[in-house]
Amino acid sequence: MSILIDADTRVIVQGITGAQGTFHTEQALAYGTKVVGGVTPGKGGTTHLGLPVFDTVAEAVEATGATATGIYVPPPFAADAVLEAADAGLELAVCITEGIPILDMVRVKRALQGSRMRMIGPNTAGLITPGACKIGIMPGHIHMPGKVGIVSKSGTLTYEAVEQTTKAGLGQSTCVGIGGDPVNGSPFVDILELFLADPGTEAIIMIGEIGGSFEEEAAAFIRRSRIKKPMAGFIAGATAPPGKRMGHAGAIISGGAGTAEGKKEAMRSAGIAVADSLTNIGATLVNLLLGRLPPTRSARPRRRTG
Amino acid sequence: MNLHEYQAKALLAKYGVPVPKGGVILAANDIHRVVGEVGGPVWVVKAQIHAGGRGKGGGVKIAKTAADAEKAAQDILGMTLVTHQTGPTGKEVHRVYVEQGANIARELYFAVLLDRATSRVTLMGSTEGGMDIEEVAASTPEKIVRVSIDPVTGMQPFHARKMAFALGLKASELKTGVPLMLAAYKAYMDIDASLLEINPLAVTKEGNVVALDSKIVIDDNALFRQSAIAAMRDETEENHAELRAQRASINYVKLDGDIGCLVNGAGLAMATMDLIKSSGGEPANFLDVGGGAPKERVVEAFNIILEDPNVKGILVNIFAGINRCDIIAEGVVAATKEVQMKVPLVVRLEGTNVEEGRRILADSKLAIIAADGLADAAEKIVSATRSAV
Repeated sequence: MSILIDADTRVIVQGITGAQGTFHTEQALAYGTKVVGGVTPGKGGTTHLGLPVFDTVAEAVEATGATATGIYVPPPFAADAVLEAADAGLELAVCITEGIPILDMVRVKRALQGSRMRMIGPNTAGLITPGACKIGIMPGHIHMPGKVGIVSKSGTLTYEAVEQTTKAGLGQSTCVGIGGDPVNGSPFVDILELFLADPGTEAIIMIGEIGGSFEEEAAAFIRRSRIKKPMAGFIAGATAPPGKRMGHAGAIISGGAGTAEGKKEAMRSAGIAVADSLTNIGATLVNLLLGRLPPTRSARPRRRTG
Repeated sequence: MNLHEYQAKALLAKYGVPVPKGGVILAANDIHRVVGEVGGPVWVVKAQIHAGGRGKGGGVKIAKTAADAEKAAQDILGMTLVTHQTGPTGKEVHRVYVEQGANIARELYFAVLLDRATSRVTLMGSTEGGMDIEEVAASTPEKIVRVSIDPVTGMQPFHARKMAFALGLKASELKTGVPLMLAAYKAYMDIDASLLEINPLAVTKEGNVVALDSKIVIDDNALFRQSAIAAMRDETEENHAELRAQRASINYVKLDGDIGCLVNGAGLAMATMDLIKSSGGEPANFLDVGGGAPKERVVEAFNIILEDPNVKGILVNIFAGINRCDIIAEGVVAATKEVQMKVPLVVRLEGTNVEEGRRILADSKLAIIAADGLADAAEKIVSATRSAV
């Protein structure tokens, strides 16, 4: 079981004929993803990697029955690509593009309010349901179908957590990168809500970093939630100096807000087991599952009735 | 990207925000002319550096005669200014701004910025102008007013009136205050700013509302469509190594420790710094070499790290997704030979083509310490650096 995507998800790729789009579409196909076509304006009617290419997303959706898109178009055109996907009636857009102007995302975020399309990203490694479907740039082979849902701001930190949960024999239900930008399509809360409702996700790992308040909002959400699942967390950036942007556009401590310690405290108070080092994210979850950690009120798995 | 105060004010003036008459001094022989052009009776002479707290550091002087103004400009130009934001080494002042003094009755705070919690542009104001707004927010949060702007409509006059009344502007002051705020918002949107701060926003004894100081930060992601703004960049204000890294598509931030790190991914780079620290070391830098890094970029990353004389050891931590371990390994080998590495080097490779990468490192016969996992890598670099001291 999984969230957002599974083996039947029909996927198109916007920007399929570009270098990034080409490389990652090949990888997605090799992983077994049902990529059914692509979009590059002006190249409609051609084929690329054996797939039909369309001029518009609407044409691609009509011809292929796709419900999801992976977006690999350059930053100046990315907001337009997301809005075109929403206009065409897609259910899910995963925007890999890094470097979209913030004000573009402010407009996109507002335009998607009330839309049936969910956006993941931008500036994300993407989304994968192991063994079934991959929309993104993560290396498929490190994943293993299983029961841990992983949600993260960082691509490479997700790989670490994936490797650790794979080695522990737990595997992953779905891994979601929400991206490292200050404005994104789906913050942690939106993804946690899906993981909590998914019977195939038995435990959750959330990986955050300094800057903004998505982690604090997630902690408050978890604390309020009636469905409880064992949850481990990690926050990167404890040693980052204030006022300096650490690579990701969103990773900056300003005015004493968005610190690693504040986020860890919020997560702990919500019953999330916070790993003290990125080397033991998986072990923290395993210990929690085996009852080796002192059970907190909200972290204890509760039996469902009915 | 940060703008200087004088650049910010010129932009604001272009959009119709009232600012005092002023001129910039770029060299000593501009002083006499600029002081004359600005005219008195009161001159304010201000150091132009990308850091706050200039007044306390002696970078702002008020003069009542042209001779005094010229003297102040001479003193400030070329001085090394130390403020709470510059760090202990301070910043050398290359540009000085001279402007007419205003008859200040009240000092307010006004800013346009991105509110990350609502994903919207927000106006922020306070009656406590001229102070450090972060202190105001911490000690008296009730004195901060926020007005959120819906992107569908953009800022409307009622948003400005809401803010103006909250700031205590009188009916007669609304005439300049409301258009000023609307103009500031328009500027913010047009130039792709991420922060536009007017502090203080002064109400003069004559009842005018005027921007006395301003700080503008531009969204780096939008510079591709802001060529006029991008041309205002003052590279002398930026760290040399950080600039060099930018040109090579590397994200680098210099820190104060002695263990250099070369990592792929911003999150992993931050977590690697944290790991070094918790293992008893101090990171010398943040460095994200990015996705799909070619050999040359890896070599350049080493050069940038080694430019820092404090570096006593380097940790390479790669979990390759789009990157390939074999290419990273080739870069490591090439860099080690090219720069004649004299400090210990620990390498941890994982992910795509890891076997090939490890083989390249082993075959090179170079003094590279291979790490088995992350924890091992951190321990090895910390102990190697300590024993090298």
